[in-house]
Amino acid sequence: MYLLASLLFFGAGGIEALLMRIQLARPVNSFLSPQAFDQIFTMHGTTMIFLVAMPVLTGLANYLVPLMIGASDVAFPRLNAFSLWLLVLGGLLLYFSFIAGGAPDAGWFNYAPLNEKAYSTSLGIDYYSLGLLIAGLGSIIAAINLIVTIINYRAPGLTVRRLPLFVWMVLVTQILIILALPALNSSLAMLLIDRRLNAHFFLPVSGGSAVLWQHYFWAFGHPEVYIVVLPAFGMISEVIPVFSRKPIYGYEYVAASTVAIGVLSFLVWAHHMFAVGLGHSVDTIFAISSMLIAVPTGIKIFNWIATMWHGSIRFTTAMLFAAAFLVVFTIGGLSGISLASFPVDWQVTDTYYLVAHLHYVLFGGSLFGVFAGIYYWFPKMSGRLLSEKLGKWHFWTMLIGFNMTFFVMHLLGLMGMTRRVYTYPDYPGWGALNMFSTIGAVIMGISSLIFIWNMVVSARGGEPAGDNPWDAWSLEWATSSPPPPHNFDRIPPIRSRRPLWDLSHPENPDWRNGN
Amino acid sequence: METEVQLAVEGWDNNKLGMLLFIISEGTFFAFLIIAYVYYHSTSHTGVMAAKVLDPLRTGIYTVFLLSSSFTMWRAERNLRRGNSPAFRIWLLITILLGAVFLAGQGGEYLHLYGEDVTVSRNIFGTSFFTLTGFHGLHVLLGLISLGVLFALALKGEFQKNHSSAVEAVALYWHFVDWVWVVIFSVIYLWTVF
Repeated sequence: MYLLASLLFFGAGGIEALLMRIQLARPVNSFLSPQAFDQIFTMHGTTMIFLVAMPVLTGLANYLVPLMIGASDVAFPRLNAFSLWLLVLGGLLLYFSFIAGGAPDAGWFNYAPLNEKAYSTSLGIDYYSLGLLIAGLGSIIAAINLIVTIINYRAPGLTVRRLPLFVWMVLVTQILIILALPALNSSLAMLLIDRRLNAHFFLPVSGGSAVLWQHYFWAFGHPEVYIVVLPAFGMISEVIPVFSRKPIYGYEYVAASTVAIGVLSFLVWAHHMFAVGLGHSVDTIFAISSMLIAVPTGIKIFNWIATMWHGSIRFTTAMLFAAAFLVVFTIGGLSGISLASFPVDWQVTDTYYLVAHLHYVLFGGSLFGVFAGIYYWFPKMSGRLLSEKLGKWHFWTMLIGFNMTFFVMHLLGLMGMTRRVYTYPDYPGWGALNMFSTIGAVIMGISSLIFIWNMVVSARGGEPAGDNPWDAWSLEWATSSPPPPHNFDRIPPIRSRRPLWDLSHPENPDWRNGN
Repeated sequence: METEVQLAVEGWDNNKLGMLLFIISEGTFFAFLIIAYVYYHSTSHTGVMAAKVLDPLRTGIYTVFLLSSSFTMWRAERNLRRGNSPAFRIWLLITILLGAVFLAGQGGEYLHLYGEDVTVSRNIFGTSFFTLTGFHGLHVLLGLISLGVLFALALKGEFQKNHSSAVEAVALYWHFVDWVWVVIFSVIYLWTVF
């Protein structure tokens, strides 16, 4: 259900992206009006973050965590259904705004005072606030559910040090959710009070503060970035070892660097606000803390590469996406470090350089990770393998389209093209680069259709998967595909991090080698 | 909050652990509202207005009611654990009454302030004051409803075993609501005096 809902919203968000790219394909285009463009980029960002990335990850976690820890279900199944419907309600409220006189139009981070009634008179932002508030409550409830499940429902022998890395990263993510979402919820509540009850929180003219909104939003917003990327890291950490035929390199370091990222993510929010003028010392502190995040992230990248090193790699579609993830995410990470240096940020903030960066980390990072995860776990969920042939088409078109669309945005940003403006003058080269980017977006659109087609066809007539098609080692592969309603008839003994390896290699089990 | 962390480490019961995580999340929520109040106190000098219109003594008395309800809740739990369900029911009822008195007091205060034209839209003091105390009041109300449900179940003969994780989870929540009020009372009311 989560996956279905997020797929639906992925379609909506994707169409919004394509509309924008069509508008921007040529200079001084008039395909969309400025007002429509503002609404559409706001809805695209909001949808992709809150209604696609978060639910797809929550959905996968909900499905996989019980299987991976040998539990029959999550701790509170009814609460689980409740949080799903909260999400759907929140999403529908957000989209209802289109009918109710205008979608929100102040960007996904919805800065004050532009988000106030005096400056945005339609009901769009009220729907934005209410929708996200409800979806946010759903996320918090889902997070509580998952944490309790991971703490209380592990199978005998599955100690914290043997937990699959995906579960580790889900755990850290859910802790981020319960600590970060309240920042958003409180500011949304304040905004609603401002708009509906004529209060003054974010109105500088009457003693309020617009900068406070920015602080609060990013106190949520930066952890949020890790909320949508850490589970993808977890999927990569499952996929790469299995298709390299080697246990993960440096398990402890991968797990610990996740915790480090989680802690640091709360200490970097003001790097989104370098242009506000917070003062030199504040900027310096946040530049340093932001660069620090590169350290645990780098540790992960090196561990994944070391896992592949000397492995006998099988290039299935899942593995291709995981390998591509390493490359594009690293590019996104590097442009991130350049943005953390505030003199650079002053130069390129709110240009397409930033748009390129965030899509390299969120699309290239989060979504490529999710694609890898879906190719890897789809057989477990449906009992059938996804077509590798269509999968390879999906992968290559996606990779090419992605880089065409977003790589040139680095260049456009450095040339000074500002984001969130509905059109641009006909400067030399701008038209060509934008057209190139739009063609890339169309290729990605086609690629997504191939992916959906693949899922539809394979779910009906794909090759039967069997219990363990990848010869993987974690618990979810010990049960049938798809699993019975109670998940497991029998759980194999867990004496190491790779229980199924121990089962099939009694002569050389991991636990004898001290893992 | 520290005492609650210790409780959960002993128990690891589903309901209590879930409630604890919820409380951590709600605590963060209140932290942001409190920071906002403090921020406007220093940047927009809302303290002047607070000192003029608020009555720390009156609200202080209602605060005593709320805090003593934490004590009575604790007594109720103790009696449940001992298997003394009539006493459990009585202490639970007293808790509900004390909470209701607090809420009534808050309602009275709001009416009084409205009478003096201090509203959420008048200025930034009204905005941050009513938002913070209003959200707390809402949490008290939720707590009262949960306690009411427990009481109704107790009358129907539930909780015969001398242990109920539902009661303990609601009790955790109730203590949380009380302790948040201690912080809010200090920040809003005591700041006008000292």
